[in-house]
Amino acid sequence: MVPFVIVLKISFSDIDLAIPPYKPLLEWVGRHTLAIKLNLDNYAFLFTDSLYLHAFANSIKVAFLSTLMCLGIGYPMAYGIARARPATRNALLLLVILPFWTSLLLRVYAWIGLLKANGVINNVLLSLGIIHEPLTMLYTPFAMYVGIVYSYLPFLILPLYANLEKMDWQLLEAAEDLGCRPWQAFYKITLPLSRNGILAGSMLVFIPAVGEFVIPALLGGPNALMIGRVLWDEFFSNRAWPVASAVAILLLILLVPFMMWYQSVQARESAGAR
Amino acid sequence: MNYRSSFFILTCIAFGFAFLYIPILSMVVFSFNASKLVTVWDSAHSPTLKWYYALLSNEEILDAAWISLKVAVINASGAVILGTLAGFGLARFSQFRGRFTLNAMTTAPLVMPEVITGLSLLLLFVALEQLIGWPAGRGITTMTIGHMTFSMAYVTVIVNSRLASFDTALEEAAMDLGARPFKIFFVITLPIIFPAILSGWLLAFTLSWDDLVISSFTSGPGSSTLPMVVFSKVRLGVSPEINVLATLTLAVVTTMIVGVSIWMARRAKLDRRPVI
Repeated sequence: MVPFVIVLKISFSDIDLAIPPYKPLLEWVGRHTLAIKLNLDNYAFLFTDSLYLHAFANSIKVAFLSTLMCLGIGYPMAYGIARARPATRNALLLLVILPFWTSLLLRVYAWIGLLKANGVINNVLLSLGIIHEPLTMLYTPFAMYVGIVYSYLPFLILPLYANLEKMDWQLLEAAEDLGCRPWQAFYKITLPLSRNGILAGSMLVFIPAVGEFVIPALLGGPNALMIGRVLWDEFFSNRAWPVASAVAILLLILLVPFMMWYQSVQARESAGAR
Repeated sequence: MNYRSSFFILTCIAFGFAFLYIPILSMVVFSFNASKLVTVWDSAHSPTLKWYYALLSNEEILDAAWISLKVAVINASGAVILGTLAGFGLARFSQFRGRFTLNAMTTAPLVMPEVITGLSLLLLFVALEQLIGWPAGRGITTMTIGHMTFSMAYVTVIVNSRLASFDTALEEAAMDLGARPFKIFFVITLPIIFPAILSGWLLAFTLSWDDLVISSFTSGPGSSTLPMVVFSKVRLGVSPEINVLATLTLAVVTTMIVGVSIWMARRAKLDRRPVI
């Protein structure tokens, strides 16, 4: 908790060309008065320069779409794993968890090799004669989405699986006995019952994806404007610590409602389990 | 399940796993490629182990790996101790003031974007240095503390969920037989939750070993970890040595995970007790 207070403090202070590069917030004025100088310039700056607002909006858009794509791929997988026979189920789960244990950086790097101009995908497509010129895939938004969906997929599958595993499949059989079509039964029974799993999994993808830095930096190219990257550049390249702190605070304010939502979903889920 | 929907599900699973594993497998295959153009297969000279030798004689990478190893081991051990205590407190003392806050605070780092955690930790270290003169400068110590703050959250969650299904009657029986709380913890509780602690340790180790963002914020000059070196190399383009590194990492991780899960499955069978 303490670190966040300090970020808040520094986001209010002036840029100073010193080490560390910010001015103290509290200053002794005269002898006994402690003056607090709040500097809102950093925030004003964030709101006037369209770069930052644009980056925020873009991050939310990217995170939201990636979450939807993860759901599209992850839900059928979690469902299939939950309905598999126990022995197969454990093996499949292990396969989902395994990439999660290998370095994120290396997995993102693997996509560079696949997507670049003389990369694996282009070479295969060229030799099959499907395309005649290499496609530009690396350093595009497409590459960034692929990277994010790829990296966060296990985070969505695991909570969703944990939720679906507890489901009573006899409900589905009952529905089919009563004349429901499979899709209808899925829509009316499985989907509502797995609501908490969907929410928890989506939050685990959405929240970190908003602030993601590594994937846009490596796959997204120079135009991939994500707020995590802006923060990183402000901090490391421009050495503008107060601006970076202000970005962090705004990001935090944006994400706290989602985190609390996640908490309450988790609480509901564990209360339902007992 | 009828035939059509099961076919659909099977296709999805196959597609999903292909999506998860093709990139990884392509790295493994191309680590044996002779060409310096990583993704162009040089069939005349491949497969070869030449990049494996190159990696093992690359001082920069070896130094970084050594630093990463030190940080990861210290971090994992510290995170396991703190995380077990926190998980124990959360599971056992169900009603105390600030329980909700402690719960929220331990789980917040799980979803917090890393850039925020990293920046906050760095500013905390800088502020502490100005106030009390410690930590003097940044380096391995600050990095380890930084890793501990987020990896202990994972340990807490694992230990807490294991303790939730713990039969407290065992502890009560020991207490009836005259064991002191301290002894009960070490003789009864600890051995039973040991699998959870082991998975917590492994997870904390991996998180630290892989971490780039928090390390970059909290490290100082001369203490670059392996991910930091890899990141700066990858930014400049692909390099065959990174493929080798990825293959080696994958081999170690796979052996470890498969070994541990077989061990746990066997243990669970012996004990007839659910393991997390």
